[in-house]
Formats: sequence, C-alpha cells, structure tokens
Amino acid sequence: MIKVRNICKSFGAVRALNDVSFEVRENELFGLIGPDGAGKSTLFHILISLMKPDSGDVALWGLDSVRDYRAIRKIIGYMPGKFSLYEDLTVEENLQFFASVFGVRVEENYRLIEDVYRHIAPFGKRPAGKLSGGMKQKLALSCALIHKPRLLVLDEPTTGVDAVSRKEFWDNLKTVRQAGVTAIVATPYMDEAALCDRIAFINNGHIFSVDTPQNIVKRTTQRIFAVRAANMRTLPALCRSLPGVMAAYSFGDAVHLAMNRHDAEAGEIRQQLICLACEKVEVKTVAPIIEDCFIITVKNQK
Amino acid sequence: MEIIIVKDLVMRFGSFTANDRLTFSVAKGEIFGFLGANGAGKTTTMKVLCGLLKPTSGSVVVAGYDVALHPEKVKRNIGYMSQKFSLNDDLTVTENILVYGTIYGLGRAEIGKRTDAMLERLELTQVRKRLVKTLSLGWKQKLAFSVATLHRPSIVFLDEPTSGVDPVTRRRFWELIYEAAENDITVFVTTHYMDEAEYCDRVSIMNRGQIIALDTPQRLKQAHGVESINELFVRMVR
Repeated sequence: MIKVRNICKSFGAVRALNDVSFEVRENELFGLIGPDGAGKSTLFHILISLMKPDSGDVALWGLDSVRDYRAIRKIIGYMPGKFSLYEDLTVEENLQFFASVFGVRVEENYRLIEDVYRHIAPFGKRPAGKLSGGMKQKLALSCALIHKPRLLVLDEPTTGVDAVSRKEFWDNLKTVRQAGVTAIVATPYMDEAALCDRIAFINNGHIFSVDTPQNIVKRTTQRIFAVRAANMRTLPALCRSLPGVMAAYSFGDAVHLAMNRHDAEAGEIRQQLICLACEKVEVKTVAPIIEDCFIITVKNQK
Repeated sequence: MEIIIVKDLVMRFGSFTANDRLTFSVAKGEIFGFLGANGAGKTTTMKVLCGLLKPTSGSVVVAGYDVALHPEKVKRNIGYMSQKFSLNDDLTVTENILVYGTIYGLGRAEIGKRTDAMLERLELTQVRKRLVKTLSLGWKQKLAFSVATLHRPSIVFLDEPTSGVDPVTRRRFWELIYEAAENDITVFVTTHYMDEAEYCDRVSIMNRGQIIALDTPQRLKQAHGVESINELFVRMVR
C-alpha cells in the first residue's frame, strides 16, 4: 500500500505541490482527477522516485521513494502521458526490450498482458511509430506491465484516444486489477473517474475530496439544474449572469447550473431566463455527476 | 450557403484507401463536428479540405475554391489549429501573434490592433510578454485558436482542440467556438469528447474511411433510439 505524507515541491516561485497527503490501498484502482497544471505529473514523478520532494515522504509497501529508489523501480510500471516507446522498434521489439530491462522473459508474464496485447499482436512486426493512437496506448500498457509490477502508474493514458478505444482500455485495466496489481491513473476525462474505486481531486497543487466516486456525488449539497432554451449558444453566459449562480456550463445538450442557495427552485430560474428574452426555456433538477462535483470543487477553492 | 462541398472524395495512399467516396457539405456559420475512431481517416480529410493534400479523385470546394486547382487560395481563406500545439514555444505571446499575422499578410498596425483586442477578450493581457512555453495548456489552446482566426477566415478547422484539457477550460474553449460561429465563421471540429459532439449543429461519424452517420445530434439520437452521442458512437464504431 502507498502512503503519501505532506509532500511539498516548488519550482522557483511556483508551488507545484502543497502539503499533499493521501493513501492508496492494496489492489485499488485510484484516480487522480485534475486539470492541466494541477500537479499530477509532478506528483507521479515523486511517487515513482524520478524526483525528490522538497519535504514530506512517500512509502510504497514500506519502501521510501528517496532512500529505496532502486527497489521501488523494480515494482513499478509507469506509462507517461507522452508516448515514450521506441518508434523505430517494432511492436515485438519494444516488448522484448522492456522485458529484458526488467530481467524477465515475455512468456513469464504474458498472461497478465494477454487481453491487451492480443489486439496488437497481429501487428507485431510494425514499427511502434506507425501504430494508431489506440494501439500505441495498448503497446505502452503492455510494456509497463511486462515485469508484473505491484503498482501501475498511468499518466493520462487515454488523452487523444477515441471513445471506443477508451472503453477497451478501461476494460483492460479491470483485468489488470483482478490480477492483483494496484493502479494509480491520472485523467482529465470525468466519466473515467466514475470507473475508479476511489478518486482524489487535485487543483493548484492541493489534494481534496479523496473518496469513492459515489460518495463524492452524494456529498455534493448544491442543487444542479439542467437548462435548455432556444438559444443554447448564449445560454451559459446568460445563466452565469443570474443572481446566486455559482457555475453554469454546457453539459451535452443542456446547460448545468449550480446555485449557491440551497432553496433555489426550477420555476424561478425559468422566470428569470424568460425575462432575459430566452425562449422555449426548460429547467429541471438533475442528480449531479462527477463532472459537476469537480467544477463545484474548483469554484469553491477559488 | 454551402461553404464546404465534398463530392465522392477518394484519398488513397498506395493500396490503402483513407477516404472512401465521401460526400457531404457544410453550411456557412455552422459548427460541424467531424467524429471518428483513431485511424478512421479524419485527419486525412481535414488535410484535403485545407489544401494540404491533393485528392486522388472527387471534387472538393472550400470557400468557393477547388482545393485541387487552387490550394493556395483555399489556405488564405481558412484557419487551422492542429492537434499538436503549433505555436512557437520560445516566442512570447505577442511575438507569436505577430508571426501569424505577418504570414497572413496583415499590416503591423492592424496586427497591433487585433492583438490588443484579442488579448483583452481572452484575459491574457497580463501575460503578453511571457514565453508561450510558460503558459498552461488551457491558455495555449485559447491562444492557438485565436491565432488561427486572427485573419478572420471564413472557416476554421480545429483538430482535437480540447484534447487533455480540464472540464472547465474545455467548456470555456467551446464558448470561443460559439462566439466564432456567431461571427459567421464556419467551424469544422474533431473531438474525442462525445459531450462536445452535442454542442455541434451537425455531426458526422466516420469509420474505416467512410461516413456512416450525418445529421443533427438530436435527430441522430432519435433515429437510433439512444440517450447520447457517446452511446451512438460506441454502438456504430465497435
């Protein structure tokens, strides 16, 4: 299990991580959810011993990320945000290379990667640089898993990947988890957050709301309204101009409105929008989803 | 008025057919979502429409010009924001704007005027002298979009403009897209965020080089009896 305690890290005047503490349990699929620049990659670099924190410490099954970095690197699989395999090597050569670096044979752990790798196995002789985005991700995951790590660290594995490949990738993660691997994954996709056992929101170097996705949704006290009108394109800005509105953003075919007041009613919002010359106004309360919770949390922090 | 007219577009690379008889058109001022799986052929089509690739066969007219005959005229009338961040990291915000403005033949005074207006609108005035590489991804994307529309093109092509951007910034970015559409700029956009598909006037779904669906999000959902474009996409492309 993983214990992160009071990590601080600055780059010059920029405080990238500010007193970050959380724990990841054995065999958990843990999601780190936050915007670009929140500190996710810095946290990962510290976690996997590539960077030293200014203060605080990280323990992975009792191993210290600074003192025991050699031991830690053997039990970690890391998939960076940027595709980092050798583009000139073939699919098979990349896999062989990573296996040999970790001193294992591909056959030993093939079962662990089989579900992922069988999709790209037919392209074994193709240079990795010539694969499609979805296939590159599958190869990178295979290479990160080939030494059967205890902890898999994935930095935005599905950014730029289409909806179908994204779903397949998460199905693969479930298989990996069933094999006993603990995984930490950073993602900007909020629908993926809902697939994690527990998640943490990270923003401006602070961690908050570490909980199951279900509990985070349950704990949100703001009422969320879904608003539709004839003028969908100007609607977000109009909604933000209403009194007592905390946030208003497009959500698929509606605008989601979070109110500061807890006693706000759909009827009054509708009336106010009609006064602003909106036509065909529909307002109804909806249950918040993770994405609403994230936006509210970020707003609250400001 | 149709600003993009594509008839029987075929694009082959050797024995591989990347675009297989595509036929569609886009109206002026429309936000057109061009969806598809990785490797479906979207970027190829986008490059043909921008005059960067000559089609193997078929006719493509963009902003009134045939892309095969007048690719340079097409390029003057469009803006393009590529998937990979395309501004120069080692130049400041204003220097980047100056470079693009000059490429598109705007005078110094005009570039200066448009720069001030743009930075104010984007709330980037504070960082005008900062190197672009020091900006957050969200700011970079907003800047790249505004630079792509600096010369007031009639169409702007956006290739996955919100990839990797957080939920709040993503939505702010779409408000920029709405604004452009209100100003009669046609927006041709690809995305892997299926909720963003719902913000488009019409969407097409591409699979293996062919367009397999094209309509308003509302009508597509009704016709296929699904709740969301995401559901439709996964069903059709799998």
